[in-house]
Amino acid sequence: MAGGILAAALVKEGKHVVAIPSFGFERRGAPVAAFLRFDERPIRAMTNIYEPDVILCIDPTVSRTVDVFAGMRRAGVLVQTTHLPLERLALPDELARVGLCDAVAIALKIFKRPITNTVMLGAYSRATGHVSLEALREAVEESEFRDAGLSQNLEALQRGYEETRVHELPEREVA
Amino acid sequence: MAAIMPEPGSKVIVCDGNEAAAWGAALSRPDMVAVYPITPQSSLAEKISQFIADGIIDAELMDVEGEHSVLSVLQGACLAGARTYTASCGQGLAFMFEPYWRTPALRLPIVMSIVTRDGISPQCVWGGQQDAMTVRETGWIHMYCETVQEVLDTVVMAYKIAEHHDVMLPVSVCHDGNYLSFGSVRAELPHQTEVDDFLGEKNVNWHVALDPDRPMAVDPLTGGASGPGPSLFVRYRKGLCEGMQNALRVITEVHEEWSRRFGRYHAPLVESYRMDDAGYAVMTIGSMSGAGKDAVDAARERGEKVGLVKVKTFRPFPAQAVADALARVTAVGVVDRSVSFGWNSGPLCQETRCALYSSPRHISVASFIGGLAGADITVKHFDRVIRDTAERARGAPISGPAWLNESD
Repeated sequence: MAGGILAAALVKEGKHVVAIPSFGFERRGAPVAAFLRFDERPIRAMTNIYEPDVILCIDPTVSRTVDVFAGMRRAGVLVQTTHLPLERLALPDELARVGLCDAVAIALKIFKRPITNTVMLGAYSRATGHVSLEALREAVEESEFRDAGLSQNLEALQRGYEETRVHELPEREVA
Repeated sequence: MAAIMPEPGSKVIVCDGNEAAAWGAALSRPDMVAVYPITPQSSLAEKISQFIADGIIDAELMDVEGEHSVLSVLQGACLAGARTYTASCGQGLAFMFEPYWRTPALRLPIVMSIVTRDGISPQCVWGGQQDAMTVRETGWIHMYCETVQEVLDTVVMAYKIAEHHDVMLPVSVCHDGNYLSFGSVRAELPHQTEVDDFLGEKNVNWHVALDPDRPMAVDPLTGGASGPGPSLFVRYRKGLCEGMQNALRVITEVHEEWSRRFGRYHAPLVESYRMDDAGYAVMTIGSMSGAGKDAVDAARERGEKVGLVKVKTFRPFPAQAVADALARVTAVGVVDRSVSFGWNSGPLCQETRCALYSSPRHISVASFIGGLAGADITVKHFDRVIRDTAERARGAPISGPAWLNESD
């Protein structure tokens, strides 16, 4: 659903988008992935992504079981939920920029549950500048959220944006 | 906002293929919808049910106990003159098989979406075209979509094709499970009044409308070796074949009219991409075609004289259009998302070989099978198809099918 909201926000800003979720027996708590391309021109390939420019990781533990950096391109961006400082993270040399947001703490405060999706959309906007917070806000307003759910998600989006620390990394030799 | 302007009167939405199909059905103003959920069609069933609950569609929704009943109640409704819609796939389509078989011979212009899914076993819930390909010989028209927008547009067009008096046949609009069913893109939603104008006055079942004041038996026992049986049975079969052949023309006309009215042209039978000076070709069906076109562009950059031919209409098979599209190549690599077990190739490959038999010279046809059970067919896979087909064009012999995901 976060992929759909991001797609809608990008389209609001005049982009062409293909957002493909991973599929299978999705169940809460299991590792899942979604893939999103955007471009100024129409996109023809309806395929998954194997060499991402940006990785948006909305769970602090998923990297224990999945290599989230597989295929990462050089000068890539990571947007990660974590309470740890940058120095405590094991990061590949391909990264040029890292956006960190303690989305779990924010989500626990707002939703009383660790649902980090909209928090991390705010973090994505802050860290990449690919999409404006305003377009994301409109997309959340037009989504299926209503009443308290809507205002909570708008707050989550705002706080994700505001509480993301962006680190530019020096260029390094890629092994 | 750097707007990409939609056609006047239409609205920009962001949706996946399942929602696009539901919108296509909604715009066509069905009178009755019956659906039973099955992966990966379920969100389509939910969406269209929601449309009916919200009053976006003024239709009766039949909640029945399974797919056999789904199509059976639609047959009754269609016989009574109703415009009808359903969607299914995989095991659901298998359970629907008995009434599915009956629908074309009754000449009922029912429209359904097949959200294509691979066959079991092994147990799987993912996309693949094995389900639709398995029912290709039942008399339904089958069209395969490449994009989400094409799904929306084709569901509407399907009603105009199905209900055309020279056709009067059911249409299955096929869209790939997973990649199209759940892939979200920017799409244009045409205005209702323009779709109303396009479809014209509803006249669904003029030839055998059930009417209590005019009782009639529908589908009595017909055939056998004596009396009027043999010739009567032939008349029905022959009529169905004629309807299928007429459909080739009607599908083309309807796609052209759609393009005039809505500004979007979808190749009705076969699309030729960069084929003008192509020495060899790749052939595709469904949502894989976009990656195929990207791979052809990249190969052209390297100086390869390769083009792409995409088949949209698989039933009736556009044999002449396929032969024309491939008339000047020496080899074609056909990529199927399903298996023809009896021919050790894909069904599209097999039928392409058949269509090329009347060609004055030999065209080498190689089979590639990929994207089974949700597997991806990427530009890299197409790079291999292009490389291998170039070898065939230079005279390399063809062995069995190449399985594109064998080493993934």
